[in-house]
Amino acid sequence: MIGKSVPRVDAYEKVTGRAKFTDDMVPPGCLVAKVYHAAIGNGIVKSIDTSEAEALEGVVKVVTFKDVPDHCYPTPGHPWSVEPAHQDVADRNILTGRIRYYGDDIAAVVAEDERTAVRALKLIKVEYEEYPVEIHPRKSMYGSHPPIHFDKKDNVLNRTNFFIGNVDEGLEQSDTVVKRSYKTSMVQHCHLENPVSFAYMEKDRIVVVTSTQIPHIVRRVIGQALGIPWGRVRVIKPYIGGGFGNKQDVLYEPLNAFLTMQVGGRPVKLELTREETFCNTRTRHAIEYDLTAGVDKEGRLLAKDMEAYSNQGAYASHGHAIAANGLTAWRLQYACPNIRGEAYTIYTNTPVGGAMRAYGIPEAAFAIECFMDDIAAEIHMDPLEFRRKNLIRGYYEDAYLKPIAANSNGIFQCLEKGAEYIRWEEKRKEYAAQTGNIRRGVGVALFCYKTGVWPISLEIAGARMSLNQDGSVQLQLGATEIGQGADTVFTQMAAETLHLEMKDIHIVTVQDTDVTPFDTGAYASRQSFITGTAVKQCAEQLRDKILAYAKTLLPKEETRELSLDHGWILAGDEEAISLGALAQECYYSLTNSSVITAEVSTQVKKNTIATGCCFAEVEVDLKLGQIKILHIINVHDSGRLLNPQLAEMQVHGGMSMGMGYGLSEQLILDEKTGRPLNGNLLDYKLMTALDTPDMEAEFVELNDPVGPYGNKALGEPPAIPGAPAIRNAVLHATGVAFNEIPLTPQRLIKAFTEAGLIGKEGEQHV
Amino acid sequence: MKKERVLVQCTVNGKEVAEYVDPGESLLEMLRNRLGLTSVKKGCEVGECGACTVIVDGETIDSCIYLAVWAEGRNIRTLEGLEKNGELTRIQEAFIEEGAVQCGFCTPGFIMSATVLLEKGEVLTREAIKKQMSGNLCRCTGYQNIVNAVEKVMKENADQK
Amino acid sequence: MYDIENYYNAETIKEAVTLLKEHPEARIISGGSDVLIKIREGKLAGTSLVCIRDIKELKGIIKMDSGDIYIGAGTTFSHITSDPVIQENIPVLGEAVDQVGGPQIRNIGTIGGNICNGAVSADSAPALFSLNAMIRTADGSGGRTVPIHDFYLGPGKVDVKPGELVTHILIPEKEYTGYHGHYIKYSMRRAMDIATLGCCVVSRINPSANILEDIRITFGVAAPVPLRCVKTEEALKGSPVNEKLYQAIEDKVREEIHPRDSWRASREFRLQIGGEIARRALERTVELAAGGERK
Repeated sequence: MIGKSVPRVDAYEKVTGRAKFTDDMVPPGCLVAKVYHAAIGNGIVKSIDTSEAEALEGVVKVVTFKDVPDHCYPTPGHPWSVEPAHQDVADRNILTGRIRYYGDDIAAVVAEDERTAVRALKLIKVEYEEYPVEIHPRKSMYGSHPPIHFDKKDNVLNRTNFFIGNVDEGLEQSDTVVKRSYKTSMVQHCHLENPVSFAYMEKDRIVVVTSTQIPHIVRRVIGQALGIPWGRVRVIKPYIGGGFGNKQDVLYEPLNAFLTMQVGGRPVKLELTREETFCNTRTRHAIEYDLTAGVDKEGRLLAKDMEAYSNQGAYASHGHAIAANGLTAWRLQYACPNIRGEAYTIYTNTPVGGAMRAYGIPEAAFAIECFMDDIAAEIHMDPLEFRRKNLIRGYYEDAYLKPIAANSNGIFQCLEKGAEYIRWEEKRKEYAAQTGNIRRGVGVALFCYKTGVWPISLEIAGARMSLNQDGSVQLQLGATEIGQGADTVFTQMAAETLHLEMKDIHIVTVQDTDVTPFDTGAYASRQSFITGTAVKQCAEQLRDKILAYAKTLLPKEETRELSLDHGWILAGDEEAISLGALAQECYYSLTNSSVITAEVSTQVKKNTIATGCCFAEVEVDLKLGQIKILHIINVHDSGRLLNPQLAEMQVHGGMSMGMGYGLSEQLILDEKTGRPLNGNLLDYKLMTALDTPDMEAEFVELNDPVGPYGNKALGEPPAIPGAPAIRNAVLHATGVAFNEIPLTPQRLIKAFTEAGLIGKEGEQHV
Repeated sequence: MKKERVLVQCTVNGKEVAEYVDPGESLLEMLRNRLGLTSVKKGCEVGECGACTVIVDGETIDSCIYLAVWAEGRNIRTLEGLEKNGELTRIQEAFIEEGAVQCGFCTPGFIMSATVLLEKGEVLTREAIKKQMSGNLCRCTGYQNIVNAVEKVMKENADQK
Repeated sequence: MYDIENYYNAETIKEAVTLLKEHPEARIISGGSDVLIKIREGKLAGTSLVCIRDIKELKGIIKMDSGDIYIGAGTTFSHITSDPVIQENIPVLGEAVDQVGGPQIRNIGTIGGNICNGAVSADSAPALFSLNAMIRTADGSGGRTVPIHDFYLGPGKVDVKPGELVTHILIPEKEYTGYHGHYIKYSMRRAMDIATLGCCVVSRINPSANILEDIRITFGVAAPVPLRCVKTEEALKGSPVNEKLYQAIEDKVREEIHPRDSWRASREFRLQIGGEIARRALERTVELAAGGERK
């Protein structure tokens, strides 16, 4: 079953519209909650008057920051840590009177219907005392009065660094030293389903149905936020309309839980608008990088140094983990004896940075891969050759975080496939000396990516299986389907190990923390690796129990080895008893009935590095500042593919996100207030079908020795290399090195004018 | 906020429907909340994402920016109306075959856009298909397999002629 | 749920005018793609509406005996694009409105609504300006005919008086016969976007003499209202069609348009793009005049 392109197990539900998402399950008569957001970017609420809102017919309850528990709680979708030093930063209240960014949550209204709730918001009167707004991390890090959070006087949430060898000496020995700065933009996940939840009480417990990637973490954080025992919270996760990391954070679930408690446990729905999703959930951090490297005459890296400044926004969320992940990437993949890295994560008065597909690596890889091209240009070497010269072939491991390692490493094969598709050698030459307004170029970028979070955080997954009366198997997991196809590959894994057909495995797609095994959820491209390990163990356990039970049913003299094969228990090569008959016995035998189930909770202390690359060919219209992607390919080494079609689908989606990151997406903030100026789907330029070129997805399938089925990370990596590959192709086409994404037409026109490629002077040269 | 409700009589997925609606109610709300047609998804409420696409008298519209009262006398189709007792239309099947479905939230809207396009019976270039599907946003697929599915069925239909 | 105070439905132009006079506070709603969004944003929350969707007289396109083309204000963009009269006589208009939003929006948005909301980015506007369209209104006592240049009063403001309704647009026969037009929408996406800058060039070429006899250049988003580049037009008329002409349109347009700086795009950027798209639009009309095929 592994390695086959079986159709998604949820496809039928989804193409018929039967698949139920959170908002499709809201009970009749559910109350509606709306949040009152701050209209300033930094300051405090001096006074708040909700009397008119409360008096409005149809309003059930108005709560403000004065009503909520006054302790802080953390929000990121990380496993909790029992060691206080490793616990996430707790810096949020459910509602706040200390405004830290434009749109901060001050109050909430619960009403009989949405229109009343919206009208009530307009009746709330707030007086503010305003403080200066700072949206730039490298200014904010010198502190502000008052600081954004009282316990971080310099607004620096965290700073970490590492050293390998001696960078200064390495630079001195280098023949060429290159320094460059790069900058990425704040972008948003843009899952099509906005965050939505509804909450109600059952007896004295709170039930929250929510669109999340991490139901078990949401349960814990609601407990922490409300200061109630975690067991009093039940979280249910139905199908969700995408997450991409934004829903790997606890968003408005604590508020929703709080609100149902305020109205006697009546059901309350809290659905964000698209504008709120942009402003009030999470974003990908904008990060600035200063890079330095030295190379010898042959083009070998002798030393390299990274400084990173990450804009955290107003609250910690995933915080420094993002920039720190970039530091880790800086140590991997390319051989270099002397490496230094330092990263700062800085609070500012902007929307909050959180997890987004590939967790700090699209940012870091943009800087690193642009830098690789810029160094190559400096020493007049082909950028692909320069990379090949410095790439590590075969096994390597991280110097600090054991056991993170490239247990399989197909990067050279990936580059070979990509270069062949894009016709690298030929086009690098062909496009070397162009004139005219239309210029073409080819570029490459690569990446490496960990699988899961061990040893930085805990890795644990649970699985439960039970044999049904007909010999089919029920499969229950705490891991979540978020569109990536998790339910399908888990079904394949169970079928593979139990030697059953897909139709014989019934996966329960909904997670309910009351009944589903503990698993921390969908993030870090971990599930097929970590939860996959649990599924395999669980299936092996179930198989062993089935075979043990079969032994009790078979004659004593049967001594041949038993095995499972497509619904039969084989003794040697011979069909001894059907699984269905065995199942009937285990349920209904009057002498020996015991339903066969298996359950595991598995801690995984492994990690393995996936890798890959993107090659792009672009055509640039200099005078219109437009980039057209002519060809683009991602080649991935993600180990053995569990389902090639699903794998290709993941790659397409990631490539599309990478192109948007490179070309058009950015959340633009007002300098004075930090308010998003384009926080909606018209002004935030997500690519449409018409903007998206045809894409090519290829794989190098090496069997990873660590992955449960030879597999390693695939979900997130496709989003990484697109932006720098496009940027490098534009560099090849035009000779202009852009150091900031996205490559908007305006940035292009400005740079081309400065470079003399367009405008009066330029025209003489074309 | 009590409003005089307005009677709307229309055909939804082949059935006569009569509902008293609020004049401020969108067709999206009527379909989801009154008729339980939850395939019609809400993604932006301003006609930018296409998740709420339904077919009105043979043309796709965003039901979030279409008042329910405008449905009077009209023929409305949602994704629920395509499948007949478990039998899918070709485009629904093609979405499965081509791997055009991921999270599934944009899927209903895309299938409705594709349905109208295919019913017109035109044979379009890939670029023209993309243009006709450009009123629906998707974040999971990069559109590639969605366009493949439409192209595949379009070609099949042309071959049958 | 849209916050609408009162909702009135008109089935005839007469009814609409009566309703508008009875309820001066009410806004006209047609396709809804602008008005409903403004209600949701709060700008028009609590407004009353007079709906003109059911007025049959407002829909449709006819080539009249005079040769003038009549376009009902309630005609949707997709119907304009697919209409044979438009395709045959003024294809530039059909092409321009085919670039509005996406298919779903083009199925509800109307040309009357597009110009009446007064947005400078309206994709129909540059073509209508370059075709010297006339806007026809009804007010219960004969109505008015307003040239489109006079119709736009300021950002979001058009010349529709209280109790008045735009019924149709006329493109006089002399304004399109012998002319070729091309509209370039410059935007950040190829669909679902508003124009960063839009330029429509309508020209008449004397092919035997290779002379540009007449030209009308209109920009969207280059000024508070759609802008006819009259000075550039005057300077170019009668010029031979050659590279010098193209350079001239580029340079002169950059002197004549006055786009502003905004977070969407800088003035400098818009000037560069403006000159370039004017040149390319003119080049394209020359190709069309020479028998080039429409795409």
